Amino acid sequence: MSQTAQTVREDGIISSVSGPVVTARDLDARMNDVVYVGDEGLMGEVIEIEGDTTTIQVYEETSGISPGEPVESTGEPLSVDLGPGLLDTIYDGVQRPLDVLEDKMGSPYLDRGVDAPGIELDKEWEFEPEVEEGDVVETGDVVGIVEETVTIDHKVMVPPDYEGGEVVAVESGSFTVDETVVELDNGEEVQMRQEWPVREARPTVEKKTPRTPLVSGQRILDGLFPIAKGGTAAIPGPFGSGKTVTQHQLAKYADADIIIYVGCGERGNEMTEVIDDFPELEDPSTGNPLMARTSLIANTSNMPVAARESCVYTGITIAEFYRDMGYDVALMADSTSRWAEAMREISSRLEEMPGEEGYPAYLAARLSQFYERAGYFENVNGTEGSVSAIGAVSPPGGDFSEPVTQNTLRIVKTFWALDADLAERRHFPSINWNESYSLYKDQLDPWFQDEVADDWPEKRQWAVDVLDEETELQEIVQLVGKDALPEDQQLTLEVARYLREAYLQQNAFHPVDTYCPPEKTYLMLTTIQTFNDEAFDALEAGVPVDEIIDIDAAPNINRIGVQEDYEEYVDELKSEITEQLRSLY
Amino acid sequence: MKEYQTITEISGPLVYAEVDEAIGYDEIVEIETAQGETLRGQVLESSDGVVAIQVFEGTSGIDQHASVRFLGETMKMPVTEDLLGRVLDGSGRPIDGGPDIVPDERQDIVGAAINPYSREYPEEFIETGVSAIDGMNTLVRGQKLPIFSSSGQPHSELAMQIARQASVPEEEEGEGEGSEFAVIFGAMGITQEEANEFMEDFERTGALERSVVFMNLADDPAVERTVTPRMVLTTAEYLAFEKDYHVLVILTDMTNYCEALREIGAAREEVPGRRGYPGYMYTDLAQLYERAGRIEGREGSVTQIPILTMPGDDDTHPIPDLTGYITEGQIYVDPDLNSQGLQPPVNVLPSLSRLMDDGIGEGLTRADHGDVSDQMYAAYAEGEDLRDLVNIVGREALSERDNKYLDFADRFEEEFIDQGFETNRELEETLEIGWDLLSMLPKEELNRVDEDFIEEYYREDAGGETEAEATAD
Repeated sequence: MSQTAQTVREDGIISSVSGPVVTARDLDARMNDVVYVGDEGLMGEVIEIEGDTTTIQVYEETSGISPGEPVESTGEPLSVDLGPGLLDTIYDGVQRPLDVLEDKMGSPYLDRGVDAPGIELDKEWEFEPEVEEGDVVETGDVVGIVEETVTIDHKVMVPPDYEGGEVVAVESGSFTVDETVVELDNGEEVQMRQEWPVREARPTVEKKTPRTPLVSGQRILDGLFPIAKGGTAAIPGPFGSGKTVTQHQLAKYADADIIIYVGCGERGNEMTEVIDDFPELEDPSTGNPLMARTSLIANTSNMPVAARESCVYTGITIAEFYRDMGYDVALMADSTSRWAEAMREISSRLEEMPGEEGYPAYLAARLSQFYERAGYFENVNGTEGSVSAIGAVSPPGGDFSEPVTQNTLRIVKTFWALDADLAERRHFPSINWNESYSLYKDQLDPWFQDEVADDWPEKRQWAVDVLDEETELQEIVQLVGKDALPEDQQLTLEVARYLREAYLQQNAFHPVDTYCPPEKTYLMLTTIQTFNDEAFDALEAGVPVDEIIDIDAAPNINRIGVQEDYEEYVDELKSEITEQLRSLY
Repeated sequence: MKEYQTITEISGPLVYAEVDEAIGYDEIVEIETAQGETLRGQVLESSDGVVAIQVFEGTSGIDQHASVRFLGETMKMPVTEDLLGRVLDGSGRPIDGGPDIVPDERQDIVGAAINPYSREYPEEFIETGVSAIDGMNTLVRGQKLPIFSSSGQPHSELAMQIARQASVPEEEEGEGEGSEFAVIFGAMGITQEEANEFMEDFERTGALERSVVFMNLADDPAVERTVTPRMVLTTAEYLAFEKDYHVLVILTDMTNYCEALREIGAAREEVPGRRGYPGYMYTDLAQLYERAGRIEGREGSVTQIPILTMPGDDDTHPIPDLTGYITEGQIYVDPDLNSQGLQPPVNVLPSLSRLMDDGIGEGLTRADHGDVSDQMYAAYAEGEDLRDLVNIVGREALSERDNKYLDFADRFEEEFIDQGFETNRELEETLEIGWDLLSMLPKEELNRVDEDFIEEYYREDAGGETEAEATAD
């Protein structure tokens, strides 16, 4: 949380306390100003003003707080600190670094009333200037570079609220984030640290159509339902269907420059897993530790509900900051339903008129504001950067007709529907191929054609067709059994089975299978198609379907996923399949 | 401490009183009735001049002349190692006729959230001796794994079996002192008879001396149920993180807890969420369930097995639904399996342990554990699907392959799941039974098992392979 916001305005007095909602009177504050509540100085935010009564949502537990205690306004909206040091850090919902909190509190439990700056104020960074005296810089321009982590060069920019001008002094060497590194002729001084209010999008020039995929290394996503860099996606699914594993996979393997992972109202142990795993895992594109490109925001389900409401904003503001540097950022929010519920909880404490299922009437507006901050942008400084937003949704009872899922679907362009039935039979990732969709497919095809294979779209369409046909045939099989089907349809079912078991399933816990580059995804599909084509040729030549299905080579299709040297394996397998099938007639 | 005789309104479990000093949110209150009875309560809302108090024992007997005392502190639980072996009521007072409890510390029952940075990731296997859990939905220390059941099912027997059998591998291997194991049992609104069954089992097996029992029975005040689990978990945290115990917490029945929350919400005229339950129920439940876990640098652990009866056996009901979103998996007790006489009647298909993958495998359990479990899931799911089909077309109309899967599903239930409530199976035995069953299927059907494991464990003589080749010819 921002440290400079210390200008004390008129203090107020608490008049009532009910859970996270506190009202104060005689407080001179504006909407969304940050205030410190009570003798312990609990952080809160103004959410309603009526007459001289101000309503505050408090980001910390309010047990024991009583009326009559003071409320102090900072006169500043809720802001985050932006600067080097954001990466490789884990924050709570209001950008307090959790490791610093542990130190300060001297306890594994989260105590109250402890504040900590979002980035380390006394750490010195090696600043390399990119400008010289006499250069003219404008808002957003990069004035220097700091090596933030082994992976990421942090670009120090002229803050968006500066006017810019001629550089009159520039320093190089070691500086803390608050020391001035560049001075302009109009008196503006650029430091490494900036602040930005979380509920406001950082300015850009224009939003562009995204045309590059965010390659995830997950076959069903890259192969069938790709998301663009700068795109939006929703992953709804009932509990136990693998939302979090999917989000983790994306955070690990997506080819973004920066990953912002927001654990919003989810399990503590899950966040611990991320904290434990990420520093040890390798970033597949650079080989450096994954944490070097990651910032985590962890507001677990038992942490205060108001901070849960703000944590997605904290996340996306940090994402936008790196986008401004020209990076591709991917933000995972797990789960947006918990965020919506936090809004509902606060709203009901305010006794607002509820909308659908008790959610506040502004739910749809808030969701769309959030997802609209994602996109592929031309930045103020002329670079291009993107923020991709991927939100998990946890619909009650797995029912997708509930308000959060429905309002999300109206905005996002990629939909990965998780399916409890698939999860029950341990088909992972349990993304339902009939219900999911991606509206980016067409605009991303040229990339896949250039980078992977010319016939990428055709191959994909073939797979979709086979899977569709299987769904129809399965309905008949449910009634009459598989053996009652004509032979060609039995064969189609067999091909579809390989598509499901080999291609769509992917073992996130297998060291090789967990990440599948697009080339491998493509080769796997062509292998199954080879089997399909050769098998149908054999069938036409009069070979009984049982014999075709029983060839020794076919089950090896299921083992492509775990092969490290897949190219060789696939070549051999294709010729084995062809050979064995042709030998049947 | 000031006394007030200023009660203005009494409504359901709530009492409103006028005050002329600042009263803290969540503060503890004592109300003395005209008959001299002392009732305890907690401040739910505090504003200038008026406080809302929820009374744990219910409001009957309170009139406008009753006197109200504010104790100036939030609810505390007196904790000490001597609690082991004791039976307490739902508010933490001894009811076993034993000596008074001399606390080492008095801890706030609203536990602070554990800093996710300070947690240690749970990955130590707990052997429960139940195949359906050890083999398919492995429990690890620090996990919260609820049992989803419905009325009339033997969920209590299952919970008792787990509590009885859950051993701590560390001790067996004799690695120094190790940590001791303790069970904390929190009953909320269960019947006297159910309570007796638990108590008899505790006494029969001698488990009582390493247990703390909190009893809020069906006829005890409903509002008290909202504090019972907090008392339980405060005790658990103390024993785990300060006294190095591995604590297993059994909470039954969470449904009664949620009903109590709803009752208070209704009395306060709050805007209700789904099915009348308060909108903050997710947060409230999370504050209980998230108190399971391990902390870096501390020996002990808190593992939770909350039991909840799903109204109408419907897992989309808000209570199981919200629980499932917070806990790390769930174990389903299935009425159909129960009527078939399976003990324990665990339906593994919808059951899940989220922490399983990191708690099993080489060095932790056995290298083939994960593959065996995955393959059995897939095979049982397929067999289960085929059962519907058999009802329509009969077994003869199915292929050889399908028949094998049907047999697999039957034997899986008979041999793997149905072990009886008294049988304690070691993991090794569970996995061997798993291989016996998997060997009914041809090798190439075992597409989720690593080839090396097939080589090592597949039973060539179990019939899966030879017959498959016969059909191919």
